[in-house]
Amino acid sequence: MDRMAAGRRIGWLWTGILVIIFAAGGFAYLRQLQEGLGITGMNQDISWGLYIAQFTFLVGIAASAVMLILPYYLHDYKLFGRITLLGEFLAVAAVLMSVTFIIVDLGRPDRAFNVILHASPTSILFWDMVVLTGYLLLNLVIGWSVLESERKGVPPPGWVKPLIYLSIPWAVSIHTVTAFIYAGLPGRGFWLTAIMAPRFLASAFASGPALLVLVCLVLRRYTAFDAGREPLQTLGKIIAYALAASIFFVLMEVFTAFYSGIPSLADHFEYMFHGLEGHGPLVPWMWTSAVLAVAALAVLLVPSLRRNEAWLAAACAAVFVSLWIEKGLGLIVTGFVPSPTGEIGTYVPTVPEIAITLGVWAGGLLVLTLLYRLFTAVKAQMEPRALRAAAKGAGEP
Amino acid sequence: MIDRERRRLLKIAGTLVLGSMLPVLPCSASSGKGIVPAAGAGRLAMVVDPGKCPPGCRDCIDACHTIHNVPDIAGSGKQIRWIRQVPFRNAFPEQGHPYLDDGRRDVPVLALCNHCENPPCVRVCPTKATFRRSDGIVAMDYHRCIGCRFCIAACPYGSRSMNFRDPRPFLRSVNPDYPTRTRGVVEKCNFCEERLAKGMPPACVEACGKRGGLLFGDIADPSSEVRRLVRDRRTVRRRPELGTEPHVFYIVS
Repeated sequence: MDRMAAGRRIGWLWTGILVIIFAAGGFAYLRQLQEGLGITGMNQDISWGLYIAQFTFLVGIAASAVMLILPYYLHDYKLFGRITLLGEFLAVAAVLMSVTFIIVDLGRPDRAFNVILHASPTSILFWDMVVLTGYLLLNLVIGWSVLESERKGVPPPGWVKPLIYLSIPWAVSIHTVTAFIYAGLPGRGFWLTAIMAPRFLASAFASGPALLVLVCLVLRRYTAFDAGREPLQTLGKIIAYALAASIFFVLMEVFTAFYSGIPSLADHFEYMFHGLEGHGPLVPWMWTSAVLAVAALAVLLVPSLRRNEAWLAAACAAVFVSLWIEKGLGLIVTGFVPSPTGEIGTYVPTVPEIAITLGVWAGGLLVLTLLYRLFTAVKAQMEPRALRAAAKGAGEP
Repeated sequence: MIDRERRRLLKIAGTLVLGSMLPVLPCSASSGKGIVPAAGAGRLAMVVDPGKCPPGCRDCIDACHTIHNVPDIAGSGKQIRWIRQVPFRNAFPEQGHPYLDDGRRDVPVLALCNHCENPPCVRVCPTKATFRRSDGIVAMDYHRCIGCRFCIAACPYGSRSMNFRDPRPFLRSVNPDYPTRTRGVVEKCNFCEERLAKGMPPACVEACGKRGGLLFGDIADPSSEVRRLVRDRRTVRRRPELGTEPHVFYIVS
């Protein structure tokens, strides 16, 4: 039982650290409420920054739950049966974080309900609110009722099935609508691309499952729950295909931008990967992202490497970091540089801005930790054999 | 509280002013100049004649920003601007070819809200805090704006500014006839809707005065001066290829 005890200790330590970061973010947010968004690095040239970028990245993480739901419920891929709940709970936490990032980005959060009071169907933000709220409810209801049934040892109630099927296209919708926020703006060449939604989905279906693989490995190490080897291998293949599609889509953008030579397309990529008129704060980040993505793809494509879980874990970490840089850092800022009137703005996130960002992440991870604790507790209760096996495994040197 | 009270008073004042003007309006419309069309009628537009813009002159900008309580916040990327000077090659990026001499490429051109027929900012606003009036003015309701800045991302002209900080400490003087803003809302040129309602021309047009660099009127009216100018002179608009149908016209000299 030593390992379980160590796991519990680490669990509390983890929770404690998250609470501290969350509290620090809360204090920073109080300051932002007092002084306004002026305490962030955002400005008239680059008017969206870290917050909106995190929102965009996390909508993708939320949508990626469908990569577990779809194989299990549509193709009866039984191996995912044990981990679909992990995907649904991850979706819940990710949607909560993304909505929180929208709220902290508002200049007047006290008026947030105007989005409902004065609903504007021409605004993509209105539809994003609709699909994100719906997706949150779907995953809460599905996750909760499935977990409840597992605890009672009965099959899930019949009414859950249609909701599960509905959640599949709904997952696609949240990231499509989020892409439409950017892809429909006439003056922003970097975002004005029909491939934006497919790009979003491809990168989401790589980054979300990559996070799940890492989560499963952590759970195996520190809790009684073991997802097993094979589901992680399948996830590894899913990540490889999605990542390949994501890299392919980015290369398509690069081709169109540079072969056409149209400045309103090419300038943005130049800013990201080379620097524009001497301004290239993202250059090291974007090259890190590119190298990590290609390296991770190589690892995931070579069967002998993928089957080694240490390599798999490293590749998944690389995928997550790479796509976080792409979406959670590069995508938003680059859309504003150069501006439609050619200004090359500068944006450096401030300390309180980073504290608030980390605080929202910590809050979401706290929710995720709580949900996963319920999950592992129910699994441990339902699978005494697994528990015994874990205890036995722990007894070995 | 103060804001709401002020807004209510403004509403009452506006109604009174409009009401008292009703019998007068047809006269002013038929007076021929067409500078101040009847509120809510026709299609308002502006014609800019950059050739009549004296070098170094900022009269229109100062008038606009003083009258509308636009804060003066220094620093790159910090300024709040309703009307501003943009180098020619930035205002008309597709025209700034390398053989233009430097003076022509960098000559400052006035840039303001284009009061588009098809405004992307209005389309994307999630609360209808920015909206298009029947006379073409793209207006803002500062009391409804949630500060999401979707409109700033949507505007292809950089015509909108966000109050990242409380603007009031940055005001040199306060004009009590126009509301100041709180932090957290977006603002922009409103074609002086509040002055039009009183039968006055836009502040920038008035400040430019007889120099004739800025002209304003009902472009739907075939006898208006702005209509005559766009008919007789060669004019261009900023980024017409985007389909926004901007209603600020620039005379090419």
